[in-house]
Amino acid sequence: MTDGDGTAAEDRDTGLESNVGQRFDRLPATAAERTVEGRASRREVLEYFEDRFGIPPETFDDYSFWEKGAGKIWIYAGEASSPVEIEAIGMTCLRTRQEHWKPTTDFVQRFGRHASECVIELDPEAARRFVAGEDQELEWDGDWGYLIAAHEIAGDLEPIGVGLYVHGELRSMVPKGRQREL
Amino acid sequence: MEPLERYRPIVDEFEAFLAACDRPLGNAVRVNTIKASVERATAALEEDGVAFEQAAWNPRVLRLETDSPGSTWSSVHGFTHGQEEVSAVPPVVLDPEPGERVWDCCAAPGGKATQIASLMDDRGTVVANDNNLGRISALRFNAERLGATSLAVTNADARNYSLKPFPFDAFDRTLVDAPCSCEGTIRKNPDALDNWSEGHLHSVAGIQKGILRRAIQTTREGGTVVYSTCTFAPEENEAVVQHAIENEPCRVVDFDLDLEYAPGLREWNDETFDPTLERAARIYPHHNDTGGFFVAKLEVTAE
Repeated sequence: MTDGDGTAAEDRDTGLESNVGQRFDRLPATAAERTVEGRASRREVLEYFEDRFGIPPETFDDYSFWEKGAGKIWIYAGEASSPVEIEAIGMTCLRTRQEHWKPTTDFVQRFGRHASECVIELDPEAARRFVAGEDQELEWDGDWGYLIAAHEIAGDLEPIGVGLYVHGELRSMVPKGRQREL
Repeated sequence: MEPLERYRPIVDEFEAFLAACDRPLGNAVRVNTIKASVERATAALEEDGVAFEQAAWNPRVLRLETDSPGSTWSSVHGFTHGQEEVSAVPPVVLDPEPGERVWDCCAAPGGKATQIASLMDDRGTVVANDNNLGRISALRFNAERLGATSLAVTNADARNYSLKPFPFDAFDRTLVDAPCSCEGTIRKNPDALDNWSEGHLHSVAGIQKGILRRAIQTTREGGTVVYSTCTFAPEENEAVVQHAIENEPCRVVDFDLDLEYAPGLREWNDETFDPTLERAARIYPHHNDTGGFFVAKLEVTAE
């Protein structure tokens, strides 16, 4: 608990407040309305999901986005006051405040079916290796970086999680607790 | 099994009851309709090569014929969640609707809270609280795995719960799935009765009364509170509900449940209960080949 008193400290260089680690703050609608240094705006989050994965922004019309900890973004469908100090609000969806933003496995499983770009379809053997946490060499002629790895199940494509594609290799980003030997 | 002898006077077919308590419980899962329809989840299970049987009372509950229900694609995708069949009953009795504000005051590890979110099509606010910080990580893990975006997690004592984090001052519905002596889980945990004592029942009952009273206080007039335990002891069931109707504005109401069960009790030892307690359900293991459970549905009335 480094931010135990729950008050935001003033940042001397920017005049903006700094992020408070133990509480959730609702993202500002746009960068212009930002009051905390480095915080993503709702518009930037929607633009990221649309630009990278082709997820239509209206997918998120009924959701709010929140930050807890520097760069960890949560998506929430319910009601809450901002700021709020509770344990969790909806689910973690995105890691910002780094060069390449990274969606979470759970977000991709929940919303990845709305994606039309940067979705790599795995055959049954590749899907099995991916969910076991293995890295594998695969052909992919799209963008490098974070991809949604999906496979066909019960007649439809279903997202499994996030992979990092670089140098002809798909690295599984499935967290240890979600990995399975199938 | 010896502590269960005290229930001989209240349980019909007591030998069948004891025999059922002695049999291990099979694996059941609930279909998580936030991520997949029942049709899609069952098709995935078929591809996984797992045989299953749908529960007659609830098509979203499946009895699996496998020893490792977690090692399937349907589990990886969060289409299904391991949950004892009878533990899927309280959210069904609560009957929440999309857009409502619902409190699950003893929510960890989250099977029922995520079921509530699923019944609400993941629209609205489900406040999943637990006083045990250690169990909150399991609750959070399950909520995220199952994709429940309508769920907010809090860590507080339900007996003096504050709604301050939320921009409303009452819930539409509240589930009190109370901490209890867990006698009804004997088929899953053979050591469930090892530390059984009547003194323990009474001390747990004190906590249960405090939680149920706070649940009624935080639920709007006309709203619903469901009280449930996984135990047989009337001290933790009818006596707790009796205490609530004597001290808070509420009444016990009927509900439909397509399972076999016995009505709530009118008396136990030297205590008598309000006749409306018969509207509660006592689900015994030999009734439907499940664990044991108690469920009562309350409506919050005017002061």
